[in-house]
Amino acid sequence: MTEVMVRAEGVHKRFGTNEVLKGITLTVNRGEVMCLLGPSGSGKSTFLRCINHLEKINSGRLTVDGELVGYREGSGKLYELHEREVSRKRQEIGMVFQQFNLFPHMTALDNVMLAPVQVLKRSRDETVQRARELLDRVGLGDKHDAYPLSLSGGQQQRVAIARALAMDPKLMLFDEPTSALDPELVGDVLDVMRDLAHSGMTMIVVTHEIGFAREAADTVVFMDGGVVVESGPPAQVLGAPKHERTRSFLSKVLQ
Amino acid sequence: MTDQPELTPLAPERPDDIVAVPVRRPGRWIAAFIVVACAASFIRFVIADSAMKWNVVGQYLFDPRVLDAVVRVIYLTALSMLIGVIIGVIVAVMRLSPNPILKSASWIYIYLFRGTPLLVQIAFWYNISALFPAPQHLIDIGIPFGPALIHPNANVLISVFVAALLGLSFNEGAYMAEIVRAGIISVPEGQSEAAASLGMSRLQIMRRIVLPQAMRVILPPTGNEFISMLKNTSLASTIAFAEIYFVTEDIAAVNFDVPQLLIVGCIWYLALTSVAYVGQYFLERKFGEGFSRAQQATMKERWLALGRGGGGAFR
Repeated sequence: MTEVMVRAEGVHKRFGTNEVLKGITLTVNRGEVMCLLGPSGSGKSTFLRCINHLEKINSGRLTVDGELVGYREGSGKLYELHEREVSRKRQEIGMVFQQFNLFPHMTALDNVMLAPVQVLKRSRDETVQRARELLDRVGLGDKHDAYPLSLSGGQQQRVAIARALAMDPKLMLFDEPTSALDPELVGDVLDVMRDLAHSGMTMIVVTHEIGFAREAADTVVFMDGGVVVESGPPAQVLGAPKHERTRSFLSKVLQ
Repeated sequence: MTDQPELTPLAPERPDDIVAVPVRRPGRWIAAFIVVACAASFIRFVIADSAMKWNVVGQYLFDPRVLDAVVRVIYLTALSMLIGVIIGVIVAVMRLSPNPILKSASWIYIYLFRGTPLLVQIAFWYNISALFPAPQHLIDIGIPFGPALIHPNANVLISVFVAALLGLSFNEGAYMAEIVRAGIISVPEGQSEAAASLGMSRLQIMRRIVLPQAMRVILPPTGNEFISMLKNTSLASTIAFAEIYFVTEDIAAVNFDVPQLLIVGCIWYLALTSVAYVGQYFLERKFGEGFSRAQQATMKERWLALGRGGGGAFR
């Protein structure tokens, strides 16, 4: 059974006169891991941010779990969603940022507990155990009470993943999660993401880690200049790219 | 651990410190001498030669009238600051809102209250009853262009204390608005985005994420404002509010010990600002949590470290 989690049809996004996405069409099935590759400025991150409505698309259709992002459809018209509705939908989509964006005035544990307590109105007692389990799961069993700025980049990013998982999302978005990390810290974060992929989480990952894409992705999408150049299983896109643009990008990245 | 040959220590012994003849710096000695000489002669003047009657200072320092005035100053400062901060937060959020009406309204508020003298504002509030028709000077408070719900008499409602409170807090609100705005925009965009991606509402993001972090930027200038406020309460003497300056001048008008009573006032102002310093220190420590890698040293530890040579005191 394949169920579509994310479907994009001709998605366009402009910033002023600068057209960043020029018609993106793709689908991500439930439980699938998709890696978005491409040079910087190709629109990968923008597309990711459109999925949880941090950016508004200008045209096309974008659905998550069968529901339009940012709009409601009725009698042939689109109605903009109220902020409350947008927030409710974001609860089900976890996002991990390049710069971690942990809340520096809270301990790691409080970072993880914040959204379940504030947004889902769960009690602190029932949340704390789950938060501790999540931190243990990402390998930070001894850092519960540490403040983010006292952690390494790799540790911060793993807290950020735990924070997103605390909301029990049905979809996880990763925006270059390892690009701001020292090389020796990348592995720990990728291990956590690999575990998550094996556990059946639907994931969309913008990354430059070709190795991760090769082993963890079900689908690899290569984007350039706001369009999808080619997509398919990693063996095909990474092993035998059809397009010249993909080949030259991969040869530069793999150097 | 596998067996390894014992490593030789890299620096087995500490080498001797360099011993050298220091550079002579006569300028330092001369400058220090001038300052000490000036200070000594000033102190000598104050203590021995001047006609300053210190016993009078002591006599009036704890005079019940002065103590009452100190209590009024504390009340007025605390209340004005509280209202000023609330206005400041509201106006700052309005200035940052996408709504053009709210934005311009907040800009005009700041323009008016920051651009006119505080002394004039206090006088204006004190005389505002003249704007409401005599003889009763009733203020209609209710729905704009609609029915009025209550009609207080302006002369009764705007007492000297209320006039001073309105003047100080509305003026403060304009300054606090800019301070709060600076704090809010100092928090990186990514913080709000991360919170939004977790499904938090705009209000929750402001309250739980942005404002607590903005506090680090807001607190130091707010401490300044608080100290200014303490001293600016003396402007309320112009509308005969019995605060420290008004009361000490009042006493001096009878016994002619003007400098002594001014000193009494200054001692109390200094005492109150000192308390404000301590409060600021603890607030900054609370909102600084998480922002320094090493846990922050307490004041006591700092002084101890200074005594030991100060190596770690200012890291």
